[in-house]
Amino acid sequence: MTDDVQNRIQGLVDANPVLLFMKGSPLFPQCGFSSRAIAILNHLGVEFESVDVLQDQGVRQGIKAFSDWPTIPQLYVKGEFVGGSDIMMEMYESGELAQLLADKGVAAQG
Amino acid sequence: MAMAASEIEDLIRAGIPDARVEITDLAGDGDHYAARVVAPMFKGMPRVRQHQAVYAALGGRMGGVLHALQLTTEAPAEE
Repeated sequence: MTDDVQNRIQGLVDANPVLLFMKGSPLFPQCGFSSRAIAILNHLGVEFESVDVLQDQGVRQGIKAFSDWPTIPQLYVKGEFVGGSDIMMEMYESGELAQLLADKGVAAQG
Repeated sequence: MAMAASEIEDLIRAGIPDARVEITDLAGDGDHYAARVVAPMFKGMPRVRQHQAVYAALGGRMGGVLHALQLTTEAPAEE
């Protein structure tokens, strides 16, 4: 694991208020868990950026160490690691995710 | 490479004492599971840390040999 990759991931996390590390793209998710994460963010109507880890093997391995989390997708909000798709679903259903986004000042559109 | 439900259950129990573990084989293929883990140590712990504790108990198998584990964690309800 190079520091270079960790620095690059930190830069991505810092630069994007809502960032999803995923497999595939929002339009073409390449895994059911990533697809579920996208559906949740779309339902919340929040603007987000995504990183396709399948396009970058360095990030694909590096993000696991960066977050101390073994699977993709991974959601970051304002630099804070929120969790994977199971946590996103639990938090979405309980209203915690919308609350977290509001608390962090990330506006949802309608 | 699939894992047996009992193996997953044993690893979680070994890593998290007092955990109540329920494993469901979602697809019947020994590869897609749901796990519900209820443990006293989860009390007051953020959900991300609860899941990390389970992943730690699984010792690096999550995301590797264990491809798909749908995880739900919670602290036991107060008596």
